[in-house]
Amino acid sequence: MNTIIADKLTKRFGDFTAVDNITFEVGKGEIFGFLGANGAGKTTAMRMLCGLLGPTSGKATVAGFDVYKQSEKIKRNIGYMSQKFSLYNDLTVKENIEFYGTVYGLTRLQIKEKTTKLLERLQMISEKNKFVKDLPLGWKQKISFSVAILHEPKIVFLDEPTGGVDPITRRQFWELIYETADEGTTVFVTTHYMDEAEYCNRVSIMVDGRIDALGSPQYLKQKYNATSMDEVFYMLARETATK
Amino acid sequence: MNSIQIENISKSYGNIVALKDISINVHKGEIFGLIGADGAGKSTLFDILVTLLLPDKGKATIENLDVVKDYLKIRKLLGYMPGKFSLYQDLSVYENLDFFASIFGGTIEENYDLIKDIWVQIEPFQTRPAGKLSGGMKQKLALCCALVHKPTVLCLDEPTTGVDPVSRKEFWGMLKRLKEKEITILISTPYMDEAMLCDRVALIQQGTIMAIDTPLRITEKFGKKLFSIHSENLYRLLKDLRMYEETHSCYSFGQDVHLAVKSQATSKNDLAQYLFSKGHENVIVKIINAGIEDTFMELMNNSLKVES
Repeated sequence: MNTIIADKLTKRFGDFTAVDNITFEVGKGEIFGFLGANGAGKTTAMRMLCGLLGPTSGKATVAGFDVYKQSEKIKRNIGYMSQKFSLYNDLTVKENIEFYGTVYGLTRLQIKEKTTKLLERLQMISEKNKFVKDLPLGWKQKISFSVAILHEPKIVFLDEPTGGVDPITRRQFWELIYETADEGTTVFVTTHYMDEAEYCNRVSIMVDGRIDALGSPQYLKQKYNATSMDEVFYMLARETATK
Repeated sequence: MNSIQIENISKSYGNIVALKDISINVHKGEIFGLIGADGAGKSTLFDILVTLLLPDKGKATIENLDVVKDYLKIRKLLGYMPGKFSLYQDLSVYENLDFFASIFGGTIEENYDLIKDIWVQIEPFQTRPAGKLSGGMKQKLALCCALVHKPTVLCLDEPTTGVDPVSRKEFWGMLKRLKEKEITILISTPYMDEAMLCDRVALIQQGTIMAIDTPLRITEKFGKKLFSIHSENLYRLLKDLRMYEETHSCYSFGQDVHLAVKSQATSKNDLAQYLFSKGHENVIVKIINAGIEDTFMELMNNSLKVES
């Protein structure tokens, strides 16, 4: 079963085509890496898939809902985390979890259970009453992620979730991603770390609004005769970045 | 000769210690990298050096000028690119550059030679408001604005964060060319691979320096036998290797796992046998030299052990 289906999805702003006829599918429980240079159209594509921006043409369904007509249903069935928008600094860890639980319409009992489970999983029970602003960045990222999947969405969108964190925390974060995908949640992730591209089941590489490459890291490396995803990316994305 | 001297600098914000007794000498004309994650204290150190923040303790000089007493003189010879995009979003690309040239009492023409290589890439967009540029273009404009008064020392705070790998490579190409013009460059980055592009680096974590040296000599501090291992299922490989009794540390590195072992006696064969017994297929084991990221994590773990 596919949780994301995009068919010739396109977005134009005036005479500029930000997303140009992209077609792809993402399966349940898959870790899908969405790569591209700055300005290649990743953010615009992601905003359409999250139900935040109407497409110009083409079709797409996310978690079984249509991006044109059912964007509110999409929002209820996805999780979203970005490096920029994460948690409320002036609330404690526990308050942040409760806040998001309420926003997603969980019951009081569900929120209580989930809070305990989440704090145990992150080994942060003793930190629950600390203000988020006093926590190291790596912890904030892990809480943000856990909060984004609190309502057990079918898909979670992660927009550069590991930017700026130390190398150990970055790897711990990816283990959270693996666990989540193992439980059947689809993970749609963007990153500028090419070693992380290797951790994805499949990746797509956007160039000038198009998807110019799509497949498993193994497949893409073979196809482009490269030893790493870094090389593959460099070959494909060089064109846009120099414009 | 040193271009930047930092001696025993400490800085706290309330209870949070941002920098603990930091000492660094940056030689004239070198590219010196501060390598560390967000929150390591890199930006605080930059703020002190560019005379925007006073240290609690310690002393720092730039070209033999004191960052506290001689701050006005320092500002004239320093180029600074802050971590956050700080140009005027509603001025055009050209207006921004002109503004930065004029506040230093100069003109764009005077030092055009220095910025030419970079400027030609953004010149086609010179009438566009700076706020409407793409990430890579903003970065190039910010670098031009930091260079237009011909500084002798350039401080770049995370210029490549959030920038795609292709633009990052280009940016480093520009820095190499600036180095040839004998500008001292102090640059911070959370990307470990960029450490290899610096002449010398300091690895910084939680306000403390874990190591200062050339990238190559830092990696020699790793001190453990290291393997690179590949098998079909990376996540299971990682879990199984953690259970292995000879394991000192193991981390994923792209499509492989890097495993450091406790004893030099552990062989490729030992590992292959262990993984075979766990049902792994198509296992490839190689002995490798540690890179900066391996060493950074090893030093991080060591400092955590000391703390607890």
